Amino acid sequence: MSIPALEVEGLSYHYPDGTEVLRDASFHIHPGERVALLGPNGAGKTTLVFHLNGIFRPERGSVTVAGLPVEDANLMEIRRRVGIVFQDPDDQLFMPTVRQDVAFGPANYGLEGDELEERVTAALSAVGMLNVADRPPHHLSLGQRRRVAVATVLAMRPEIVVLDEPSSNLDPASRRELAAILTSLEITMLMVTHDLPYALELCPRALVMNEGSIIADGPTKEILSDRDLMKANRLELPMGFDPNLAS
Amino acid sequence: MAGTHTHALFVHGDSELHRLPASPKLGALGLFVLAVVLTPREAIGAFGVHAGLVLLGAWIAGLKPMFMARRLLIEIPFVLFAIFLPFVGGGERIEVVGLSLSIEGLWGGWNIVAKATLGLAASVVLTATTTVPDILSGLDRLRVPRLITSIAGFMVRYLDVIAGEMHRMRMAMLSRGHNPRWIWQLKAYTASAGALFIRSYERGERVYYAMTARGFTGRIPTFDEKARPADWARALSLPAIAWFAAGWGVVAG
Repeated sequence: MSIPALEVEGLSYHYPDGTEVLRDASFHIHPGERVALLGPNGAGKTTLVFHLNGIFRPERGSVTVAGLPVEDANLMEIRRRVGIVFQDPDDQLFMPTVRQDVAFGPANYGLEGDELEERVTAALSAVGMLNVADRPPHHLSLGQRRRVAVATVLAMRPEIVVLDEPSSNLDPASRRELAAILTSLEITMLMVTHDLPYALELCPRALVMNEGSIIADGPTKEILSDRDLMKANRLELPMGFDPNLAS
Repeated sequence: MAGTHTHALFVHGDSELHRLPASPKLGALGLFVLAVVLTPREAIGAFGVHAGLVLLGAWIAGLKPMFMARRLLIEIPFVLFAIFLPFVGGGERIEVVGLSLSIEGLWGGWNIVAKATLGLAASVVLTATTTVPDILSGLDRLRVPRLITSIAGFMVRYLDVIAGEMHRMRMAMLSRGHNPRWIWQLKAYTASAGALFIRSYERGERVYYAMTARGFTGRIPTFDEKARPADWARALSLPAIAWFAAGWGVVAG
């Protein structure tokens, strides 16, 4: 068995006011896997994401990225290995131009000149956004901005890309285009989403999280077909959607 | 909102001035304005040279006279008081179409209006031929502190986002029957200003998380544009003429 791209072991965390957000959460993801993280609002998904690159630190348990534990000494390398695409691209894209924003990550790791330029070009080409490289991010549509946000992370050559609600607020065409791009990338992916058909389309495997723990882990189609599991965790498919008929 | 408008001040084009890197253009603008400010007010000929240089710049950039005139309108509130100087100024007076005007006041008013107009017109040529991101990286290149250019960059980047939030809040207020016609209804606006502040603060926090997630450690990397000596020479040729004109004005005066 290969070294997991991401290994989360017995993770627990409380908010300062005492609310328990993560309770003994454990799972691992192998290189090349695309995994969906499903769960109702307040299940602890976002808190878990912030633990993956060391913005939050576990009270108990551990996070390991491609064999490297998340701790102070490794923080810079961890943040290179874990690329997080935030839900609101306006939070992620803050530089004056798309090109500079995509260059921001690799430049923080000392890349410059032609090498940096190649990274930026490759990342923007991978999401089909090279033609907007010199435009300011706030002049792009939401779908374009989200694709650029993915490029900012790809430019860091991460071991795993974590996407927070990638399909939220996108119109159906942008949603489909983003899906085509995400499936074309040969990267390990953890996708946090409420969009269950999207999870089924993109991720062969799914994790269900509720009240800070991983409740279920298995093939996405099986999880979405398990009515009792779905109901117990406030997960609902769109009306008329049957995971066994969707291909 | 996004994607529906272009740069606020930039005018698309492919002129010599558009192609010139931002840092020589900024340097040239600074030196030009300094020459204008130092020109004695009596040196009318020197002001003619300055005006000719601005017009030359506008012509090279392909900017139409009407466009320049429209952009210059912003100056009016700032120079309004200069118009009153001839009426309220002291000293020797002169009779012009039945009005008694102070000669000192006329020179004072001329001095303010001429210098403000020339400085603004030169800035209009710069902003019409240089995008905001380029101006920011140009300022970086000219060793303006990174803290200042970063703050300016964030401001430009998030102005639209925050204005968008404000607009949505206003629409939501109007949709619930708010009719902001009376002064005491300002209360709802002050409350929304507070909410806007909190939202902007929270967004700042999220942006910071997103930056640290990409390896930010407190220093925003620079992406220098490359200005060659030839670019500097071309850009500085215009203010060089202005300095000659100003110097000639000082000597002749």
